[in-house]
Amino acid sequence: MSLLRLRNLSVEFATTGGRFRAVDQVDLDVDKGDVLAIVGESGSGKSVSMLALMGLLPWTAKVTADEMIFDGHDLSKMSARARRKIVGKDLAMIFQEPMSSLNPCFTVGFQIREALRIHLGMDRKAAQARALELFDLVGIPDPEQRLKAFPHQMSGGMNQRVMIAMAISCNPKLLIADEPTTALDVTIQAQILDLLVRLRDETGMGLVLITHDMGVVAETAQRVSVHYAGQKVEEQPVRPLFRSPHHPYTSALLAALPERATDKRLPTIPGVVPGQFDRPQGCLFSPRCPYADDHCRKVPPAPRGPDLGLARCHYPLNTDERLAS
Amino acid sequence: MLRYVLSRFATFLPTFIGVTLISFAFIRVLPGDPIIVMAGERGMTQERYDELVVQFGFDRPILAQYWDYLTGVLQGDLGNSYVTKRPVWDEFFALFPATLELSICAMIFAVALGLPAGVIAAMNRGKFFDRTLMSTALVGYSMPIFWWALLLIIVFSGNLGWTPVSGRIDLLYYFDDVTGFMLIDSLISGQDGAFTSAVRHLILPTIVLGTIPLAVIARQTRSAMLEVLGEDYIRTARAKGLPPGRINGLHALRNALIPVITVIGLSVGTLLAGAILTETIFSWPGIGKWMVDSIFRRDYPVVQGGLLLIAVMVMVVNLTVDLLYGLINPKIRKR
Repeated sequence: MSLLRLRNLSVEFATTGGRFRAVDQVDLDVDKGDVLAIVGESGSGKSVSMLALMGLLPWTAKVTADEMIFDGHDLSKMSARARRKIVGKDLAMIFQEPMSSLNPCFTVGFQIREALRIHLGMDRKAAQARALELFDLVGIPDPEQRLKAFPHQMSGGMNQRVMIAMAISCNPKLLIADEPTTALDVTIQAQILDLLVRLRDETGMGLVLITHDMGVVAETAQRVSVHYAGQKVEEQPVRPLFRSPHHPYTSALLAALPERATDKRLPTIPGVVPGQFDRPQGCLFSPRCPYADDHCRKVPPAPRGPDLGLARCHYPLNTDERLAS
Repeated sequence: MLRYVLSRFATFLPTFIGVTLISFAFIRVLPGDPIIVMAGERGMTQERYDELVVQFGFDRPILAQYWDYLTGVLQGDLGNSYVTKRPVWDEFFALFPATLELSICAMIFAVALGLPAGVIAAMNRGKFFDRTLMSTALVGYSMPIFWWALLLIIVFSGNLGWTPVSGRIDLLYYFDDVTGFMLIDSLISGQDGAFTSAVRHLILPTIVLGTIPLAVIARQTRSAMLEVLGEDYIRTARAKGLPPGRINGLHALRNALIPVITVIGLSVGTLLAGAILTETIFSWPGIGKWMVDSIFRRDYPVVQGGLLLIAVMVMVVNLTVDLLYGLINPKIRKR
């Protein structure tokens, strides 16, 4: 049994213009020690699906799932109180903006010790010792002094390390990193990603990496799940995905990588992700897809088999290559 | 931190000078002549009038008069009342405890009810409790103080007979001022029922004076909490699996307190101003009533001194608020 098993996860937001489906029938599995990358443009529902798992969405969101099983517990059937025993302990998350994700009124030490005291019932002394150890682990120099610092006294990269230290403080089984490097400098980005992968190696926790940076995916992930407009459109291990993407959207994303550009102009995907009021009737990607025909525009495609990367497409790409090999 | 405190103090001095200037000019702009008011209906001879003009220094240039006043103030001399001939300083501090006692009670009333009400309203945003509370607060804020006071007196003192109509304590009790605070003095006196009587006299004025600050604090707390609850660090706190009570009461409230403390500080000014109406209605022997009387008598030193002392109180409160910001949110200390 996998560590995390999501089946048919959907999230709908009640808006003034009616219901808006931000996540649409998503299935995901993560094992221990797995690094799963979820990629897609802004508005593809990557973060929302993970926030739904954590139970962090506002009350306007309605979360439904056939299964939302984490470590043997079905989170969707638990009370809020029981869920709080798991969230923050076995299931942890870090966010995009480290500067605003820490409370400005408390020292970072207080914020780390708080989690330890609530979940593990540590006393002040034990929590302090563990916090020092954690700061050491995430590579924060001079931990004793830094624990007394307030978030505004540290850099974005340091704050993200604090967030990571806080997230892994109770030895979580699964860590969700929601675009952890987007707000950071490029040099710091690499350090933070290295740190996450190293921690995965050392603790054996599962890691879900939400990103829109294909370069990050190539360097860190084992499996990639591509999301578009709330749906999972393709999932493959990282190498086959880069070599032979089956969904036209994946292919277009990869073509837009600067490293892969052959032309003077960088290829882009025309148009934007459909919003609440311009959802197409058939395949959601059809208005932007170079291969789409009338059939695509009318009939929504179902996911294909595992050999085609579960691609939600009527005309998957690179099918010959599979036959040839 | 020390630099922060000193920089706050530096803004204190210009404000202080400004207040002396305004209070000095304010009373002199009003029509009316203190000497004629003093003479009363009998009037006085021109000779006596001229003599008094010289005695009070009204014959000197206005700037020289201000200079005399300012140098006096800086040496701690606020002058003597034209009417009672007693030092303004003494009169003020004989009456001030009554106002302070009333204001403190009103403030405690407003904060003790307003803060939790705002937090609970924010947690139940858009629901019945929130709507009821916020409409009530709006009514409380819009209501004229004197009308609200009369209404309460009619119902609770007149119809129900639960509370006394006016004064600080029943005439049955007599004891010496020790602190000037009736609640404390009545306890010290040890007389049976004195303390209860003092409390019963305080109830209505406290409610009347505290109503507007209560409404303002409740609404400000709610909006500050709503803003803070949408912040990223609240999401982090929830992601840590903290119980809602800790998230709202510690992580959110601490950040929401900055704007709330600001309105509490500003309310102190409103309280002292509102005290004038409340004290008049309830015959509360505080500085509000004293100031009103002095304005009618054109008692220049009293009005000037009273205004200045009230202004200094408000300034001290706001300075304290500024220092509290730094204590609550360490980010502000740096600026």
